[in-house]
This record gives sequence, structure tokens and C-alpha cells, in this order.
Amino acid sequence: MNVKINNETANLNEGTTVATLAGSRNLPERGIAIAINNEMVPRGEWAVRKICDGDDIVILKAFCGG
Amino acid sequence: MEKLIISGKEFNSRLFLGTGKFSSNAIMAEAIKASETQMVTMAMKRIDLNDDNDDMLAHIAVPGIQLLPNTSGTRNAEEAVFAAKMSREAFGTNWLKLEIHPDPRYLLPDPVETLKATEMLVKEGFVVLPYCQADPVLCKRLAEAGAATVMPLAAPIGTNKGLRTRDFLNIIIEEATVPVIVDAGIGVPSDAAAAMEIGADAVLVNTAISVAGDPVAMASAFKKAVEAGREAYEAGPAIQPATFQAEASSPLTAFLNN
Repeated sequence: MNVKINNETANLNEGTTVATLAGSRNLPERGIAIAINNEMVPRGEWAVRKICDGDDIVILKAFCGG
Repeated sequence: MEKLIISGKEFNSRLFLGTGKFSSNAIMAEAIKASETQMVTMAMKRIDLNDDNDDMLAHIAVPGIQLLPNTSGTRNAEEAVFAAKMSREAFGTNWLKLEIHPDPRYLLPDPVETLKATEMLVKEGFVVLPYCQADPVLCKRLAEAGAATVMPLAAPIGTNKGLRTRDFLNIIIEEATVPVIVDAGIGVPSDAAAAMEIGADAVLVNTAISVAGDPVAMASAFKKAVEAGREAYEAGPAIQPATFQAEASSPLTAFLNN
């Protein structure tokens, strides 16, 4: 299935969860938040939240700022 | 020095530090230490999966420091609320520096969207510290909406121009029911001292420290300036801020209530 991750098209296997996606990428342990279709997905739901075809996924990380 | 209390939490330091524009995380961490700050702002950005995504929180998230994530990059209340929920998840805190500046040239905060977002976020349980124009009427409205502080600007972000809004800051401080944090535009330690002398509860400094020739030494200089300014305020300066009041140039006759 095709999804968007931070505006870039990506191909994921059917049944991929947010946790699998996060685990497959080199994400820092802390300071990360993930949203699907503009809804934040709490970390506690990552393991059960399945990603669907066409989902618009945003992954944000902590960054320097004033 | 009296302790600063925001939303029931005590702070010994009245210097808040922004983490933007440091040349390295190591220098940033040293500057945080030298400043003795207990409140540090951070931002969020979209991750680049090809980047080496290091754990920058390791340099900041130390005991005794309150993280203050911001909503920089948002252009309206709806985007700010989304950013707030993302940052609460990422940073594990409901404290938030609300900043909504749709115009990238001057980065001036949008007062209408900031008030609207404050109302929404307070209902969602956030401790909201809104960055705002040095507008006394707006600051009152933000406090009434439940903001934990107000953060009026001294000058546009990153300009180092000092207390350009001083007369309005005086009014805001005189009328404040919540702590007043002077944010943005503070260029040198004497600006920070001046803000504290007129009764600001704290200052937020970023660029003036992070782009200084020696950011660690400058952080230490700001720490001393903020302490000196606050001590002077508590001591009661011999010269008080010039007080004035508006003089009506139109009749204030009561055409609305007979």
C-alpha cells in the first residue's frame, strides 16, 4: 500500500502498524510524535494502530528553537 | 530573590533560555549550565529519515529543567493545537510556549489566533505561555482566557534591538495578574537587567546568547544581569518608571449609557 510520510510517498506492507513503522526507521528514542491524517497517535497505541492505504503520516522530532 | 511561580511550580532562575542557533549541542548544553536556567524552550520539525537523527533531548532533559516546547511554524490556532498535542506527546509535558506567527518576514505573533488557541489549549489542560505583542489589552484577554503567563515581545524575534516596547511593557506589568515574561528582541545583558528592573517576572533569551562570540560566557553574563535587575526591582529603585496616562482627545461622554 502507498502512504505519505512527511510528504514523501512510501510503500508499506499491508498490516504495518505505527510501531513497526517506527521500529523500521532510525528514530531517536525520545522526542518523537507521530500523527496520521492530522490526528496525533499516542505512543501507547502505536502497537495496535494499523496504517491504511493512503494515510498521510507526519513524524516530528524535537529540534532546537527559541 | 523571590522565587518565580508559574502554574504552581517554583523557579529559582528568572532567565529562560531558547535553544535555537547554537553552533553545537555541546555548546548549547554548556550555555544552559552557565545560565543556571530552569526553563528551556524547544521546537519540533518534520524528521528527515535520511538524517542522522541524534537524541538532542539528551543535552537538555536534565533534572531541574522544565522543558517548554513551542509551536513555532504554525500559522493559525488549529495548527497550533495540533502542534501542541504533538509536543505534549514528544516531550511528555503539558507546558507550552504558544507562538503563532504567520508572517516569516517579521515573525510577529497573530493576536487573534493566539487568543483563540489559548482558549482551546487551556480547555485541553495545557499550561499555556503565549508569545504575544506588547499589547496591554491583549495581555489582559490572554490572562482571562487562562494563560499561565504572558510573553510580550521587546522587539521582533532575533533582532537584538532591546526593549523597544518599554512603555507598553510598563503598562502590562502594572496591570498583570499573571507573570510577565519579556520574550524576543533582548540583545545584551543590560536589556535583560532593564526588563527586570521595571518589574518583569522573567526574560526569555535565545539569539543574544546562542550567536554570541562565546555563548557560554554570554549565558553567564545574562544570568548575572537578570539577577541584578531582579534584586534592584525588589530593592525598590530610587527612580520609578515614568508613569503617565492617556489623555482623551475625543469626548468620553456617555453616548452608550445615557
